[in-house]
Amino acid sequence: MGRVVLVTGVARDLGRRFARQLSAAPGVDRVVGVDISPPRGDLGGVSFARADIRNPVIAKVIMREQVDTVVHMSVLPSASVGSGAAAKELNVIGTMQLLAACQQSPDLEHFVLKSSTSAYGSSSRDPAMFSEDMDARRVGAVGFVKDLNEVEGYVRGFARRRPDVRVTTLRTAPAIGPSLSTPLAAYFKLPVIPTVLGFDPRMQFLNDTDLIDAIEHATLHDVAGTFNIAGDGVMMLSQALRRLGRPALPMPAFAMSTFGSAMRQARLTDFSREQVAFLTYGRGVDTTRMREVLGFQPSRSTAEAFEEFAMSLEPGVVSERRVRAAELALLGALGGARDRVAQLASAAPGPTTRQGGELDG
Amino acid sequence: MGDAEIIPIGTRGKPGRGTGSVKPSSSARSLAPAPKKPRQRPRADEPAEKAAEQAHETVGEALAAPPEPTLRLPEQRTPAAEAPAARPAVDHRHPTPGIPAVDWLSGFTTAAIEVFGDNWEPRLAAFLAFLRRRLTGDYTVDEYGFDAEITERFFMTAIRPIADKWFRIEVRGVENIPADGGALVVSNHSGTIPVDGLMTMVTVHDHAHRFLRPLGADLVFRLPVVSELARKGGVTLACNEDAERMLKGGEIVGVWPEGFKGIGKPYSERYKLQRFGRGGFVSAAIRTGVPIIPTSVVGAEEIYPLVGNVPSLARLLGLPYIPITPFFPLLGPLGLVPLPSKWIIEFGEPIRTDVYDAGAAEDPMLVFNVTDQVRETIQQTLYGLLMQRKSVFG
Repeated sequence: MGRVVLVTGVARDLGRRFARQLSAAPGVDRVVGVDISPPRGDLGGVSFARADIRNPVIAKVIMREQVDTVVHMSVLPSASVGSGAAAKELNVIGTMQLLAACQQSPDLEHFVLKSSTSAYGSSSRDPAMFSEDMDARRVGAVGFVKDLNEVEGYVRGFARRRPDVRVTTLRTAPAIGPSLSTPLAAYFKLPVIPTVLGFDPRMQFLNDTDLIDAIEHATLHDVAGTFNIAGDGVMMLSQALRRLGRPALPMPAFAMSTFGSAMRQARLTDFSREQVAFLTYGRGVDTTRMREVLGFQPSRSTAEAFEEFAMSLEPGVVSERRVRAAELALLGALGGARDRVAQLASAAPGPTTRQGGELDG
Repeated sequence: MGDAEIIPIGTRGKPGRGTGSVKPSSSARSLAPAPKKPRQRPRADEPAEKAAEQAHETVGEALAAPPEPTLRLPEQRTPAAEAPAARPAVDHRHPTPGIPAVDWLSGFTTAAIEVFGDNWEPRLAAFLAFLRRRLTGDYTVDEYGFDAEITERFFMTAIRPIADKWFRIEVRGVENIPADGGALVVSNHSGTIPVDGLMTMVTVHDHAHRFLRPLGADLVFRLPVVSELARKGGVTLACNEDAERMLKGGEIVGVWPEGFKGIGKPYSERYKLQRFGRGGFVSAAIRTGVPIIPTSVVGAEEIYPLVGNVPSLARLLGLPYIPITPFFPLLGPLGLVPLPSKWIIEFGEPIRTDVYDAGAAEDPMLVFNVTDQVRETIQQTLYGLLMQRKSVFG
């Protein structure tokens, strides 16, 4: 008998695509998708249960379906849900309810949490690369960083109470892909991109299909523990913007948050305090454990994942094509100049070599 | 009418540039009548009355805007006056004789030879390719954000003249820096602002042909601009995780364990080493088994003699101190020019740490002993170098 997997947060694009892909995986009998609202796209072979994980109904779904694997993917930043309070309600209280339901289920064998590298926060006191055993240097009183840390804490507590359940936490880097719409993608799609004056954060990205593959890998392989998931290498924000060919608009940090709330009200992109911190100090995570313990290797590096995303956008004002054209034009003009001067020099009376002509010119 | 043949297409007979819809240039405006007036003129049915009115207007205008040329008298503004103004403009449409294109080209070639040398063409092409790669983001940084290309091409090029010409740095013991593999360069810290770090970086780069990767205080990463440049230049946060990671990666890591106590000490305490932190750098070196290279820098103490501090303002700004030097707030920006003291940088004999076993890093007594050994070595070398130095500016 194959596995029965319950996936939370299938209304979102990533959750839906993951559930679909998992339902086709060998060894998986049935996938049950759970969310408050029905998914927008096609769920394929996934059966959908409209349920709120904050409601004890979720325990009944787990019992009835004899779920042996739970993949918890609905821990989301406030930008995707609305206000910060609503996000906390969904993330923290939802996880608590889900874990309570899981603890009672005798069939449960695996629990996979999709967390985020945002759990490390961003501050000036961050080490260059966070490994899984490090904690956030600065956790705010409220916000997504705090939520994530609480959620992970509850999951660790659950792992202690149910040692027979294999618990895996994946801290994934910001996912980016041509078809994925996230607050970060919305940020990069702005025609002029606001940055924090005097700071150039390091960033890591993860291709969206790699993210789905990573969760599938963690679901199907019996490896417990916490893992950072990110594409190889880092990119500076300035570098990313240049690859997009979009001009940056540097503004002081304090203006950034004011500007951010305006942008948020206009529903253009997310500029929460954590996002501004990320755009100021950046973040890098060490992925040695992902490769050596989990045995997963993303198909695309940070740069390749970003390249793929950039290809899907309209090139900006300073596109690579234009820069290349300018370079070629300049070189052509100069090469032409060299030839013209050489011609003139050889036409001039007196024995002059080509090299001499150049020097004379 | 002959008039129609003269008027070139596009300008509608107006002198100056463009299609006539845009404002003419200032020189064209001074040549031609103001554009407003001709439009008013067709309305005039009674010329005498209108002329008087315009005269009135011009006077008013002249009063309101004195810089306007008084040439523009109403009686001059006739269609006949407009046509001659248009004619010279037509003549100028022909290719200007000026400097021939070939001269432009040869001038450019000369300039290129001046800048890039005889072999200018491939060099210029390489330079353009470099510009293109920077503009399109086609370069890589390492995981600490270190941009080797920009560091080598710009930062080092900018600092080198200061090191060679201004401070005339004398370098000793370069052979103590290993050609490959990790090493920890431990140096004294002085000079109010960490110029000594930059100078050690350029010295290691130019003499040992390796990049020194400094460890910086978290203040460095909190300050705008400084943080950006620091990451690109290869600095990372002074914490055990980063230090060990870099040393394991086979980098030469630079550390100034005195920190702000060292650079912010008053001039009267020059060349007296402060406490060497908590010895975290020694445990990092022991854990990774890399040699410690005690480095002594003489000369940095004199560049900005720190004679005072404004602690209250420093607290307000969240800085460790606000320096007062004999010249700094007094001479304004001029006070920021460092005094041209003569520098000596000596890299001492490496202290090996691979002789200790792995658990040694957890032994506080051993760590303190090694820390003390490094500190004493640097202090003694400093005294020795000071004895040899003829004068501060020698």
